[in-house]
Amino acid sequence: MELFWYIVLMTMLAVYVILDGYDFGAGIIHLFFAKEEKDKKAITNAIGPFWDANEVWLIAAGGVLFFAFPTLYASSFSGFYLPLIMILWLLIFRAIGLELRGQIHNKMWEAIWDKAFGIASLLLALFFGVALGNVVRGVNLGNVVNGVSTQEAHYFFLPLWNPTFSPQAEQLGIIDWFTLLLGIIGVVALTIHGANWIIFKTNSGLNEKLKKVVFNLNIVMVVLVVISLLVWHVIEPKPFHNFLDKPWLFIFPIITFTGLFGLFKVKTFKKHGMGFLFSSLFLFGGLTSTVASIFPKVLPSTNTVNPDLTLYNMAAHGYGLGVGVYWFIIAIILVITYFTIQYRVFKGKMDDVGYGEH
Amino acid sequence: MEDMLFYDRMQFAFTITFHYLFPQLTMGLSLLIVFFKGKYLKTKIDKYNDAAKFWMKIFALNFAMGVVTGIPMEFQFGTNWAKFSELTGGIIGQTLAMEGMFSFFLESSFLGLFLFGEKLLGHKLHFVTGFLVFLGSWASGYLIIATHSWMQYPVGYEVLENGKFILNNFGALFSNPWLLPSYLHNQAASLVTSSFVVAAVGAFYLLNNKHSDFGKLFVKTGVVFGLISSLIVAFPTGDWAAKNVAEHQPVTFAAMEGIFETEEGGSEIVLIGQPNMLEKKLDNKIAVPNILSFLTYQDWNAEIKGLNEFDESVHPTNVPGLYYSYHIMVGLGTIFIGLMLLAAVQLYRKKLYKTKWILWALMFMLPFPYIANTTGWYTAELGRQPWLVYNLLRTADGASPTVSSGNTLFTLLGFIGLYLLLGLLFLMLAGKIINKGPQLEKH
Ligand code: HDD
Ligand code: HEM
Ligand code: HEM
Repeated sequence: MELFWYIVLMTMLAVYVILDGYDFGAGIIHLFFAKEEKDKKAITNAIGPFWDANEVWLIAAGGVLFFAFPTLYASSFSGFYLPLIMILWLLIFRAIGLELRGQIHNKMWEAIWDKAFGIASLLLALFFGVALGNVVRGVNLGNVVNGVSTQEAHYFFLPLWNPTFSPQAEQLGIIDWFTLLLGIIGVVALTIHGANWIIFKTNSGLNEKLKKVVFNLNIVMVVLVVISLLVWHVIEPKPFHNFLDKPWLFIFPIITFTGLFGLFKVKTFKKHGMGFLFSSLFLFGGLTSTVASIFPKVLPSTNTVNPDLTLYNMAAHGYGLGVGVYWFIIAIILVITYFTIQYRVFKGKMDDVGYGEH
Repeated sequence: MEDMLFYDRMQFAFTITFHYLFPQLTMGLSLLIVFFKGKYLKTKIDKYNDAAKFWMKIFALNFAMGVVTGIPMEFQFGTNWAKFSELTGGIIGQTLAMEGMFSFFLESSFLGLFLFGEKLLGHKLHFVTGFLVFLGSWASGYLIIATHSWMQYPVGYEVLENGKFILNNFGALFSNPWLLPSYLHNQAASLVTSSFVVAAVGAFYLLNNKHSDFGKLFVKTGVVFGLISSLIVAFPTGDWAAKNVAEHQPVTFAAMEGIFETEEGGSEIVLIGQPNMLEKKLDNKIAVPNILSFLTYQDWNAEIKGLNEFDESVHPTNVPGLYYSYHIMVGLGTIFIGLMLLAAVQLYRKKLYKTKWILWALMFMLPFPYIANTTGWYTAELGRQPWLVYNLLRTADGASPTVSSGNTLFTLLGFIGLYLLLGLLFLMLAGKIINKGPQLEKH
């Protein structure tokens, strides 16, 4: 039962990253590359009708986490208190940047909300990467000082950084050079992903340029992936042992690399959706490989006093998890139906949707 | 430690109060928009379609505010109330997760179609998407109130030795006796807000002699729905909610009503008076004898226990706040019924659009349903104190153990700043839409 909900949760998070990821990416492209009004319009048209429903994957995943793994929800949400609240603030700015811009036709007004949308998207991509970094690196569970827990074994609190920015310090921070590396990977990956979405869903004048951007960023991405694989040893002495133990897990890295190398062909794709497909594979593979590498841990402990949090010691009670399956299956069928309808209605290029016009 | 709890509570109270300003309009207005759109489908009179379109603009803006302020609510259980989440997540997580899966997806997927899909879908399907948005928002209200009802009146649970609450009966969450009255009352109240908003905008147009056709339509619709919903809010639903409190939380009931001493031969209903917590009595009281006993138990002489009979440790923590909240809600409810009755009589006599003073009153009434809704929730929440889960888990034991007061105050200040900005922007933009008015489409 725990394993079922773990898979559900991870799948929902992956779907969230793939769907809202293209919104963040589009925001980053909007910030750096969209200079002309018609390109900006094309970008917001391509995500306007979707972003809200995409964001719901985060809320729903939060709900499932709360219900299936209450202890993990309590421990990690209070422990990562500051970055989470900041993510909330950024989500607010992203949303109102998109929704309010078209309400008043005035250059200054539009410029303000363009920046709000773009910068919030950029920072969100960074924060989500950093968050993933924190999860694999682990935290000081129980706030151990000098070998003694100062809190219950599964609680902790992290400040934004510690002065050394080292992932090996006893008192860790949210941001250190390792988590920052993952943050940068997040930004690059989502920028590529967003560019692919724009190429897929619009006929904007930017599209040719964006293909070059994807290609160049993909080179950066390969370098970053190699670096991250090398430094993984620093935080985990045997980072690949899970894969060596269970070779079928290699499916996840294979998906990752298919996505990564497939993207180098971006300039020759006949179908506009291909690029988006490959970057989705890359995101899905990257995320699943990362969590598979620490499985069954969900939040490792960096001290030797308190045990890791695993999916087995964090879960809710059996009866509740069992009845949840029934309503969840009904719900997920409905959700898939909604998304199918939504994407059917807005199929093809979306340049004429008229998002944000009043 | 005490500070920490205080800021956690302030942050929750501030963010939820602000959040609920928006959904109360969302839920009622979606119904009214569906009504306008349905009228159009039936009569093919363009005015109705344009009315639906006009309110959709307000709706879209309001919905966006509801969404951005709703997400912090979902996260705050974990960030600020970690202990509570850990202990009860297996239960309240059910209904909250269901809310995400069943209603937020429904609403948000079809909202995009509703707002941008009219041309692609045609009028019939457009009506259907509107209806689904309405359904989603009401489902959301239902599941949230199911969650909240469990906190007021826990059912279907078992407590383990380590203090964790586990679910042992899923169906009980939905047959909770607290749920139905609470839900119906709340939804009626949300319809009150929306009807009053629609009527106020209509009155504004009539008094300014612009968009008069729409002005009349809005005033009429607002008054009809406003009268019906105001009546339902008081009876049967408000009455039912009060009986529930009297039965299951007698100490809360005594504090709400301002009854300090048990009276032989039946309790009076307090209309005005200030709770004096030093002497445990009501100052400057104006009350009518025996009415409360009758309203609660249909018996003029039924005994209602006064606050002084309960041990102080179970008294609601903020008796005056609770008492005022309740009296403001009920007082406003009475005024709403009175005003809407007058307006409905004039409407029936076909004189309403000329009766200036009623139009002025309708226009200025706009903020008051919001106040009534907010004080209603304060009644429920202050009444539950000092408990998070009634009689089982104290609020003081539910906060996050590792988040210090400095960090909570920091985020609280951040939320205050950000929400003030949101509020200003909302008022400005809604004002602009209203001032511009509905457009007759000429294609
Ligand atoms: C337009 C708003 C409005 C109006 C006019 C009223 N209410 Fe109300 N009331 C609410 C809006 C509201 C609310 C905000 O929607 C609450 C909060 C929790 C809930 O379910 O509904 C509520 C809660 C609430 C509670 C607390 C339930 C609990 O503790 O959970 C009681 C006892 C009443 N109401 C009773 C009344 C009575 C007797 C009214 C007579 C006129 C009345 N309300 C008018
Ligand atoms: C819009 C409606 C609501 C309003 C205006 C509201 C208001 C408040 C207020 C004022 C408090 C602080 C009480 C105090 O500390 O003295 C509070 C606390 C709280 N409420 Fe609500 N509430 C609402 C709905 C809900 C719902 C639906 C839930 C549950 C799903 C909920 C759960 C809580 C929790 C967990 C706390 C914190 C602990 C506490 O102080 O009791 N509230 N709310
Ligand atoms: C602690 C309590 C609450 C939580 C955790 C919460 C959570 C949320 C979230 C996450 C959203 C955004 C959904 C989206 O993206 O579509 C939202 C919106 C909404 N909430 Fe709340 N909410 C709370 C209180 C309430 C209450 C008391 C009601 C009504 C009874 C309510 C009704 C709604 C509705 C109808 C929406 C959608 C419409 C809108 O956004 O305006 N919520 N809420």
